[in-house]
Amino acid sequence: MKTVYPDSKGRYGQFGGKFVPETIMFALEDLERGFLEAINDEDFKKDLEHELTHYSGRPTPLTYAGKLTERLGGAGIYLKREDLNHTGAHKINNAIGQALLAKRMGKKKIIAETGAGQHGVAAATAAARYGLECKVYMGEEDIRRQELNVFRMKLLGAEVIPVTSGTRTLKDATNEAIRQWVSAVEDTFYLIGSAVGPHPYPKIVKEFQSVIGFEAKAQYKEMHGGKLPDKVVACVGGGSNAIGIFAGFVNEDVKLVGVEAGGKGILTGLHAATMANGREGVIHGSLTYLLQSEEGQIQEPYSISAGLDYPGVGPEHAYLKFTKRVDYQCITDEEALEALNILCLEEGILCALESAHAVAQAIKEAKAMSPDENLIICLSGRGDKDVHTLFEQQKEEDSHDQ
Amino acid sequence: MTNRMKEFQNLKTPLFVPFITAGDPSLEATVDLALALQNEGASALELGIPYSDPLADGPVIQRASLRALKNGMSLEKAIKLVSDMREKGLTIPVIIFTYYNLLLQLGEQKFFELAAQHDIDGLLVPDMPFEESKELHEACLQHDLSFISLAAPTTSRERLKEIGRTAQGFLYCISSLGVTGTRTSFANDLDRFLENAKASSHVPVLVGFGLSSREQMQQFEGKCDGFIMGSAIVKKIEELGPELVNEETKDKAIAAFSDFLSKVVPVKKVYS
Ligand SMILES: Cc1ncc(COP(=O)(O)O)c(C=O)c1O
Repeated sequence: MKTVYPDSKGRYGQFGGKFVPETIMFALEDLERGFLEAINDEDFKKDLEHELTHYSGRPTPLTYAGKLTERLGGAGIYLKREDLNHTGAHKINNAIGQALLAKRMGKKKIIAETGAGQHGVAAATAAARYGLECKVYMGEEDIRRQELNVFRMKLLGAEVIPVTSGTRTLKDATNEAIRQWVSAVEDTFYLIGSAVGPHPYPKIVKEFQSVIGFEAKAQYKEMHGGKLPDKVVACVGGGSNAIGIFAGFVNEDVKLVGVEAGGKGILTGLHAATMANGREGVIHGSLTYLLQSEEGQIQEPYSISAGLDYPGVGPEHAYLKFTKRVDYQCITDEEALEALNILCLEEGILCALESAHAVAQAIKEAKAMSPDENLIICLSGRGDKDVHTLFEQQKEEDSHDQ
Repeated sequence: MTNRMKEFQNLKTPLFVPFITAGDPSLEATVDLALALQNEGASALELGIPYSDPLADGPVIQRASLRALKNGMSLEKAIKLVSDMREKGLTIPVIIFTYYNLLLQLGEQKFFELAAQHDIDGLLVPDMPFEESKELHEACLQHDLSFISLAAPTTSRERLKEIGRTAQGFLYCISSLGVTGTRTSFANDLDRFLENAKASSHVPVLVGFGLSSREQMQQFEGKCDGFIMGSAIVKKIEELGPELVNEETKDKAIAAFSDFLSKVVPVKKVYS
């Protein structure tokens, strides 16, 4: 099976497309042209590879989690260590790629949206490195919740612009970034943070994140005499780390599992399980699954991990769910916290809360598999950014115990 | 096309199409405001449906959307409201302005049924560019609705030709980059853009986005067939909101609204 999507209209089956105001169409066409030129240009590819190697620290290792495997007694578990990237997550792969593209297209300024601040930090980092002016749109509510990341972005020279529209969170920051892009398309590049948005963004982000999957595949094959793993597990917010690691395996006989945030449980309504509980609709210029009211008003998601807290999902994931190529599952806050603790104790790795969702699902999967099978977890980021949340969580639990 | 829309296309220019958000400040007030707009010379009405994520709109219309959503407004209710307007004497065409997701969730078939029942004349979907709209455009034709297309100063010549060729009702030319909202300057190559738009379109060419005064409209005199005004009107409604929903002050507020309109509605005259 060979990938033939997206088609020329940016459709993955019925999903994707460009549902944007007419004023943006020109910018999207320009972007698509610039992107196609860049990825066919040997110099651009060399620059990108150079930066990924010498600046971000790629290739990231594929680590065998021996103690965790032993504890569970099931499939062998391997960790694709995106947490070891510069800035601590896979987000930088995309930020470097798009920032280099912006530069190649002659843009002087970038704008980005951010929820928890992870993508904002990655974008600000790339902007500093490549000499671009950077504005990050962030919901007022998120600015309050993520003070430290706001400070980090400012240290990196970015301007953080509070968004006060709608619910003042990631979805509104994304709307605002798109709106601002519309009014400044001539000299500004919109550096989107996940595999979402209007075509060609999902395709661009996938291209820059697919390095995760191709590296993991080569590394695994090298360790296993050319064989492939049985399963690959990744968490899904907008879906960029997952689409990146899946890219290496989607055309192979490998089971793929995407993990959404189940929050406090699907039945409570407090979750970000777009594919388990959403319906088809349009968000941020793309036709996909999303959390919405009966009438189509977009709803606010919830998750303990800010990076999975998005009411939509990239259109390619919608397609992979629709075609049943990928199995999408949900993990609750509680399960993710438990998995995070287990990984700390067994392997000495403090992973991001987002990644902990993938770990929790992988623990379930591994237990049900035989010891001669193997799976890879995309460990999308490190947990330093979450220490404060974990600390507060612990304090709360302690006070309940007393 | 409805007869109302045919009459609209034959009106003396400049045409004037105001935008208001359905349900802001209340359902009842929306009906009264629509009638006031007709009385003051509106040639058609763009009725905006409030949406949680209005990508093409600036802060003024965003705020109106939030207020209208709090009042429980929806696409279906807004369409039904048009029958109330008609009963009270509204005869100008009504164009439903809705983001695509609301239409998708209501269902196109249901939308067309409601539109026929409640005397709707046109549909404008701001987040549905030309390339995505072919099927909906066709479906509108079959149901006698005018699907209103937009063109921007950044629209390429080839696309503008295609958009103009298939335009229904009127062609909505966006006068500046960015989102809706009042502004003081417009895209600089606007004259060229409007010339091209006029050349490629067989329906009236209207200019909108950011217009707030008669003086601004005078800049475009003779270069287009009329104007669309949104944020400036919605802002006035925001100001008058509390008075509009109070039975005792309502009439005075409508009078103030009409007075405001009489100062911004372009003066009718036939261009030669
Ligand atoms: C560490 C980490 N993993 C995962 C995600 C989720 O994003 P995506 O689904 O685009 O990979 C984020 C988003 O901020 C993140 O920071």
